Order: sequence, then C-alpha cells, then structure tokens
Amino acid sequence: MTSTVGGRSPGLALPKSELLEMYRQMVLIRRFEEAAAEQYALGKIAGFLHLYIGEEAVAVGAIRAMDPRDHLVTHYRDHGYALALGLDPGRCMAELFGKSTGLVGGRGGSMHFADASKNFWGGYAIVSGHLPIAVGLGLASQYQNERRVAVAIFGDGATNAGPFHESMNLAALWKLPVLFLCENNLYGMGTAVEYASAVREMAKKACAYDMPAERVDGQDVLAVYDATKVALEHCRAGNGPFFIEALTYRFRGHSMADPEMYRSKEEVEEYRRQRDPITLFRTRLTQEGIAKAAEFDEIDQEVEEVITAAVRFAEESPEPDPATVMEHVYAEPVRVS
Amino acid sequence: MAREITYRDALREALREEMERDERVFLMGEDIGHYGGSYAVTRGFLEEFGPKRVRDTPIAELGIVGAGIGAAIGGLRPVVEIMTINFSLLAMDQIVNHLAKLHYMFNGQFTAPVVIRTAAGFGQLGATHSQTFEGWYAHVPGLRVVMPAVPKDAKGFLKSAIRGNDPVIFIEHSLIYRNRGEVPDDEDFLLPLEGAEVRREGTDVTIVSWSRGYYLALGAAEELAREGIDCEVIDLRVLRPLDIDTVVRSVQKTNRLVVVEEGWRTLAMGAEIAAAVQERAFDYLDAPIARVGSLEVPMPYARNLERLVVPNKDRVVAAVRQVLY
Ligand SMILES: Cc1ncc(C[n+]2csc(CCOP(=O)(O)OP(=O)(O)O)c2C)c(N)n1
Ligand SMILES: [Mg+2]
Repeated sequence: MTSTVGGRSPGLALPKSELLEMYRQMVLIRRFEEAAAEQYALGKIAGFLHLYIGEEAVAVGAIRAMDPRDHLVTHYRDHGYALALGLDPGRCMAELFGKSTGLVGGRGGSMHFADASKNFWGGYAIVSGHLPIAVGLGLASQYQNERRVAVAIFGDGATNAGPFHESMNLAALWKLPVLFLCENNLYGMGTAVEYASAVREMAKKACAYDMPAERVDGQDVLAVYDATKVALEHCRAGNGPFFIEALTYRFRGHSMADPEMYRSKEEVEEYRRQRDPITLFRTRLTQEGIAKAAEFDEIDQEVEEVITAAVRFAEESPEPDPATVMEHVYAEPVRVS
Repeated sequence: MAREITYRDALREALREEMERDERVFLMGEDIGHYGGSYAVTRGFLEEFGPKRVRDTPIAELGIVGAGIGAAIGGLRPVVEIMTINFSLLAMDQIVNHLAKLHYMFNGQFTAPVVIRTAAGFGQLGATHSQTFEGWYAHVPGLRVVMPAVPKDAKGFLKSAIRGNDPVIFIEHSLIYRNRGEVPDDEDFLLPLEGAEVRREGTDVTIVSWSRGYYLALGAAEELAREGIDCEVIDLRVLRPLDIDTVVRSVQKTNRLVVVEEGWRTLAMGAEIAAAVQERAFDYLDAPIARVGSLEVPMPYARNLERLVVPNKDRVVAAVRQVLY
C-alpha cells in the first residue's frame, strides 16, 4: 500500500486542452447536480436522487484515465460517471425526468444510468451488488484476451458487504483485470465509517486478497488520474486486480431526503471551504500558470448554457409511450400465455 | 434417429455439444471440475475442455452468479452450476435484483444470457438440503424458469438456454438423473423454452406436474387406469413463462384438475395454476381444484417422517379420487 503525497503529478503534463476539459467536466457535474436538486424541489424529478457534489474529481480523474474499451459498472450515485464519460447532459437529465429520451428511456431513473455504446454497463442500486458483475466483465476480458479492464466504482459502505469480499477474492484468485475503485466519503448513508467498518482504511481490505492497493486524495483530480493510470496499466498487463481508495467527501445529503443528523454543519462547511475539488483544481492550474481566470469563467458560462439546455430538453421531451411498458422484459419473444 | 439415454447423459451431451460448437460457452461452479460435479454431470469435462472453460469456483454462490452476469455482458455464454437449489438462495440478490432486471432496466440495451443449472431433490438430507424453490424464481419477470422431467427436454432445453439471449434458471432433480428416455441424435436439436406438454391423454381428470412430480402423476394415472379412471397428465416443463392455455384446454375437456408439486403448497406454483385456471375456465370446473404438495414443515431427517412430508403416488391417487365425486 503506497500513497501519492507530494511530488509533481504526471497528470500536469497533459495538454492544456485536456486539463481544461477535466475542469469543464467537474463543473458540468457540479452544475448538473445543482440543477437536478432544483428540479427535484420543483417536483420534476421523483424517487431517489443521490448527488455527487463534492466527489467530482473521482469520476473525472478516473474515467479520463480509462481506455474507451474498458468496462465500467458503478453504484447508484452515477450521474457524475455518465457525464465524465461524455454522455449527453440532456439525455441524463431526461432520464431523471422519466422521459423517453432519457439514457435508458425512463426505465431506470437516477440510479440506473447506462450506455452500452460506451461500455458503461450501468449504475446499480443494491449496495455492492455490481461488484461481482465487474468480476465477470474482467473474466470476459481475460477469456477473450482483450486487455480491457473492468472498473467498478463503489462506496466505503459497500466494502462491508459479502459481495465485495466474494468479488475481491474471485478477482484476485483468477488474476482478473478488475480495478476496484472505492470512494471513501466517510459515510454510508448516515453511518460513519467508524461505526460500520472494522478498519478505517478501505485499502487495507485489499491486503487480505494479496491485491495491490493505493490510497489517493479523491479531491485532487490529477492524483486520481495518476493513480488510476498506474492501476489500469497493472491490470492491463495481466497482473490481476488493483484496489484504489479515493478519499473524498459528499457535500450534500445522502439523497434528497436526508436531514443530515449524523454530521455537523461545521464539518461540511470545512470540507466545502478547504477541499472543494473544483476550487482546488482551478487554483492549481492558475498557480502552475496553465490557465487564467477568464478561461475558467468562460467554461463556467458555457456549462451554464449546457445545463439550461439540458433541463429544457428534459422538460420538452415526451414521456415514454405506454404501449412500450412490456417491452424488454425478455430479449427473445414470448409466445405462451 | 433417437437413442435412449439417461437424464444425466442428456445434460452432458447438451453441455458438450454446445461447448464444442461455441468457444464462448464455459462452465463455472463449485466442484464441477476436479471433483467431477456433485451429481457427476460434468465428470470428465475438466480433462476434456481444460480449466479455462471448466472453472472450479470458491464457495461463493452470489459471486459466481454475478461473475456469470458480467461475463455474459462481456460477450461470453456462461453456464453457472449451483450445487443445489438450496444454495441458490445465497445468490438470490444477483438473480432477482440483477440478472432478471438488466435487460428491462437498461431499456433493452444489452442482455445477460446466463444459464444457471441447479438441482432440487431430497433423500434424508435434512431441513436445509431438501427444498425446491422453482416458484420463487417463476415469480420474477425477466427470468425463464425450466424444470424438465424427461431426458429429451433436458437436452433440448439446455441447448436452447445456452444459445438464447435470456437468463434461464434450469432446475434439475437429484432423483431423476438416472431416468431414461429417447433423445434425438441431431446436434442441433433445440426446444423452445416454452410450452407444457400433454404426455398422457385422458378424459376424466387432468393432473398437472413437472420435474419428478410428473412421474408421480404418471404413476397415479396408470394405477387409476386399472379402475377405469382415465387421467390426462400434463408435464408443465416450463414454469415461466407459464403455458396456462394447455392446462385450460385440458380442463375444458376433463372438468377436473389436480396439481402435484414437491414443495410447500402455500403461495406456490399450484396456487398460481389454480388461480389462473379458475380465471379462464371457471364454468368448466366440476370440482374444486386439488393441490398435492409437501406438508408445511421444514424437512425432517428421519426416514419415516420424511416420507410423510413429501408427496407420493398414493397422495396423488387420493387427490384424484377427491375431485371425482
Ligand atoms: C443492500 C443494500 N442495503 C441498503 C441499501 C440502502 N442504501 C443505499 S445507499 C446506502 C449507503 C451506501 O454507502 P456507500 O457505499 O458508502 O456509498 P455512498 O452513498 O457513500 O456513495 C444504503 C445503506 C441498499 N441500497 N442496498
Ligand atoms: Mg460512502
């Protein structure tokens, strides 16, 4: 278990356009989530809505490091991954609105984004239930000699569940190209890590399976990017799975229904002030002389327009056709009744 | 051309033929390789196909079913063996919350064609190893649930399940692996994963069952035939999607129905069949529908007690007499 503290990030050597694109994606996610919260308050979005605000650097850093052929399965807090993959914000928003133009036609909602054309095999809402699926994707890759890595993103809470351990063991046993990416945001719903996990460092859990692991600052998009690059190379070279623990923090409630009794306002404020991944990245790029305030402002403005258009698109899109309600239960026709 | 082979050999042939036909087909499960399979279905397969395609797994039912799902999404054709249906409960989340949902929940974007082979059965194995849960799986939209009784169906269904694009729960039965029956020689012999079959025509009473229960129904029908009672026996074969038409047509002729199942009757297949039949053929029924099933207790170990619990031919005969008043 190592950790990336100090030193110059190789990520900084990326072309300026890419660095600014990472910034843009983080802002896009932030603004998308804020808009979703507003639309939820207006009653346009129902059900569960888990916002990714505060954690943007993890999705953006990790997904930028991936090859487009790599597989991705994630948990339910999944808007950020979809946007970092470059999926259309309008279709993402339309999914939240339950519209036919949504990513999955309004059948999934917030927790079940997916896009097969991007090898994004879905957001899953049973905590840790998608981890075995990632193992299977890794197995398919190994079996077919594809050198694709299956990336699974999940929370700290998921590491206490049986499916996590079965998956870690299988992936390590069969040396599968699976990257386990744990977002440790210190809470699983309202339960702090120290009330739920026998160890505080999630990365330690990889030791039980002889799996290399790394803890990384999840508020630093380049640190996430760098760590993910290394991890993916490890997996792609046939060395088996890798575990990354990204230390992060969720600025909003667990879902829209969360009164946040389990943590103090001061704690949240502290993170917002000191550890906002967007501010940190902007400051970093400014200090490094890579970009100026006007450039960031221009991006912010552009994102604003994208979000406005996305909400309008969702609003104006038709509901799913009721005649389709029974479609896609089975892939093959059903004839008996 | 057809040959008479055992139910087990029918399964073995289906697996071997499909593995030879398609590189993407592989097997994984507990003790299917070096041990040879708990019910010897995959004996010799490891030697024949190697460890990449015949994968011994840890004892992790949830993990291996989930890995099957991922492998299927990733382009493979996994056949996952769960040692017995009792242990499938540990994989229930993967089967019900994941496997059954993906195609619909993600708007038909992709499928997970996983075949889960598992075995029901009993035989002084005690409370946790003697159950059958086909009704639990048949409850869930998105799954296809088959429970073949005869070797021909075992082979044809398994081959179709492997080639098809839907998830299939394929339930065998430990007490019928040695049953023999005719199986066509054709390597492309496939059966649609749908449809009940009338296996014995009769005019007085319809008996519906599946898997081992079919043999009880047939035995009862033969015994009753000696007294001039003419039973129609339907092998349901597939529990989801349910072919209720075939049952209704039969009831319209016989006006009486007995359902035989091995598990508990409460909220089980028999209850569903009775409800569906009264919806469709209420006016044709001349007697309340009878259901034969297990006594509502955890399975006891002692031989005499176990015999009391599971349905047998005599209880089927008694149920037929009961509806023939
Ligand atoms: C198996 C299961 N149990 C409980 C829940 C309810 N639940 C949804 S999210 C959640 C907390 C998960 O925490 P974590 O894995 O840390 O992810 P985070 O929400 O912090 O991103 C819980 C308990 C669930 N969805 N699935
Ligand atoms: Mg958490």
